[in-house]
Amino acid sequence: PAFGLFIFTIARDPLRIIILIAGAFFWLVSLLLSSLIWFIAVKASDPQDERLQKGLLIFGVMFSVLLQEAFRFLYYKLLRKAIEGLVALSEDGCSPISIQQMAYVAGVGFGLMSGAFSMINLLADALGPGTVGIHGDSQLYFLTSAFMTMVLIFLHTFWGILFFHGCEHQRWWEIAAVVIMHLTVSGLSFCNPLYVGSLVPSYLLMAAAAAWAYLLSGGSAQNLWRFLLCKC
Amino acid sequence: MITFMNNSDSEEEPCNERTSLMSAESPPVPSYQDGLQALEAGEAQAHRKRRAGSSRGVNNIAGGEMSGSGVPVRESALENEEEELTLKYGAKHVIMLFVPVTLCMIVVVATIKSVRFYTEKNGQLIYTPFSEDTPSVGQRLLNSVLNTIVMISVIIVMTVFLVLLYKYRCYKFIHGWLILSSLMLLFLFTYIYLGEVLKTYNVAMDYPTLFIVIWNFGAVGMICIHWKGPLQLQQAYLIMISALMALVFIKYLPEWSAWVILGAISIYDLMAVLCPKGPLRMLVETAQERNEPIFPALIYSSAMMWTVGMAKPVTAARGPSQQQTWDAAEDGRQHLRSPSHAESQMSETRSPVPTRPATSLEELEEEERGVKLGLGDFIFYSVLVGKAAATASGDWNTTLACFVAILIGLCLTLLLLAVFKKALPALPISITFGLIFYFSTDNLVRPFMDTLASHQLYI
Repeated sequence: PAFGLFIFTIARDPLRIIILIAGAFFWLVSLLLSSLIWFIAVKASDPQDERLQKGLLIFGVMFSVLLQEAFRFLYYKLLRKAIEGLVALSEDGCSPISIQQMAYVAGVGFGLMSGAFSMINLLADALGPGTVGIHGDSQLYFLTSAFMTMVLIFLHTFWGILFFHGCEHQRWWEIAAVVIMHLTVSGLSFCNPLYVGSLVPSYLLMAAAAAWAYLLSGGSAQNLWRFLLCKC
Repeated sequence: MITFMNNSDSEEEPCNERTSLMSAESPPVPSYQDGLQALEAGEAQAHRKRRAGSSRGVNNIAGGEMSGSGVPVRESALENEEEELTLKYGAKHVIMLFVPVTLCMIVVVATIKSVRFYTEKNGQLIYTPFSEDTPSVGQRLLNSVLNTIVMISVIIVMTVFLVLLYKYRCYKFIHGWLILSSLMLLFLFTYIYLGEVLKTYNVAMDYPTLFIVIWNFGAVGMICIHWKGPLQLQQAYLIMISALMALVFIKYLPEWSAWVILGAISIYDLMAVLCPKGPLRMLVETAQERNEPIFPALIYSSAMMWTVGMAKPVTAARGPSQQQTWDAAEDGRQHLRSPSHAESQMSETRSPVPTRPATSLEELEEEERGVKLGLGDFIFYSVLVGKAAATASGDWNTTLACFVAILIGLCLTLLLLAVFKKALPALPISITFGLIFYFSTDNLVRPFMDTLASHQLYI
């Protein structure tokens, strides 16, 4: 689905593609830094201690989430500057792309990159021979991974919109909400392999975020209704 | 009035090409030139008028602005408008370059992943005489550095040779050299490649069929690249050739040497294009002095460029067309090609701009500007990504990270091109990013992601 989003909405406009790739790049850098921190922490600690390792892992995850959000903020700043530049360049005084579109594309960029990193090795292994969950792990590993990845990509997209909107209108609580949601989702994934605990709330959160972003982008229940009716 | 285009030089040992990133545009910017004649200024004016007139052909975000340009205002206004137009075209050009680079990388990665042949070590080229099978780390490092020195010196010699040939007008020689190289590339390497692919998928093909296929492929390729042909076909051929070259490099360069060579080449690219005594720069300036198109070799152009063969101006009958050719000449000049190595087996890829007689103004306007990127750049980008795919244990994550890094580097380079409007080397930024990301992803991110994935945690 994320790929479909890409094809239908982004691939037309070259500027969006650039923003997408830059978004992915920012996410990548944040991941790099967070894994650097984690790596150092691991190296500095005792490799035998299981609990410590687990604790370090949790710390690494949380730190990574925070870094991701920080980079999202940095990216927002960069895009602000870019918009000013574009407005100055364009003849009729309005930029060819609005900040909301940028927010959307940035979110998709983040999401795609994070999804790709989560899934791609899995997919490559899935091509090869093997049995899922042979050592007593869950049989549904691939399926749940796929769903989780998808929900995460969508969430990134919505968070992008919410985040940028919050930054635009100086509503700090929106930004805080995004960060908290992100932390929650990551934390929920700790419940794995108890999938009920992680997938269901994540989807609920995603639905909430989707509705919120939709409303922020100027949609309304009426619009939705009309759209659905017009189609058929 | 020449808009400085970026030159990207790529040297590959066989095809010591330098690739530089060149913007195919040549909006005349009189203020940037010192000592330009009025002719150029007049041309600039005509150019702007033309550009102002055409708003259909160009389908980019700045499309609307073109019609608004109106009558060109000279000097500073001209400058500003030029700048704006350049920057506006920026996004479209970036995409026009993204696509072929991506395609090339995809081809290379797909081949590396599936065909075993290219990851086996079956010996080394004579350009990298030192082996890397030594027991100690220090020795290995030393050998790879020596290899790099040998390779870079070969490239430098080739480049200087080409510049000298160009200076002394030995055009036929250069032409013949390039044709020979591309012949070799098209036929021999394709044959090897096809053989390996067929082996991998266990498909049987008899020799007559093979002969016919390769003959057709090669013949059409030669025509497309060196003469006229549809743009898309030419681009496709260039991509394939770059991919083949990159695959050969990946196979025959020993591990550490490859990385050191990549780093050294980007430094060399930087110096050769920007230093006043650099061979590439001399090449460009010589071509400029003579008002000739740099022979269209080894460039990938994303839009049609009309060059008239080597150095003959188009019929002087039509004023506008003359100006067009002039522009084209300017554009063509801006592309630096690195010298082709005649003796070496590899040939550089040529991307001679297809000759198109300027028939009408609209047509000319349609041909707009694309951006030109040297083929060596393609090749080295693909080498980076291919090596990442081949040797990284993190597999796809590393490959993906390098891919994104290279694209971002390309973006930045194009941005710099828009700002500086001169020939810029396309290799350094992208390769630097790519190398940084490769090493850091392989060593830092991979264990992190693996641990996360094994616990099925998501960040």
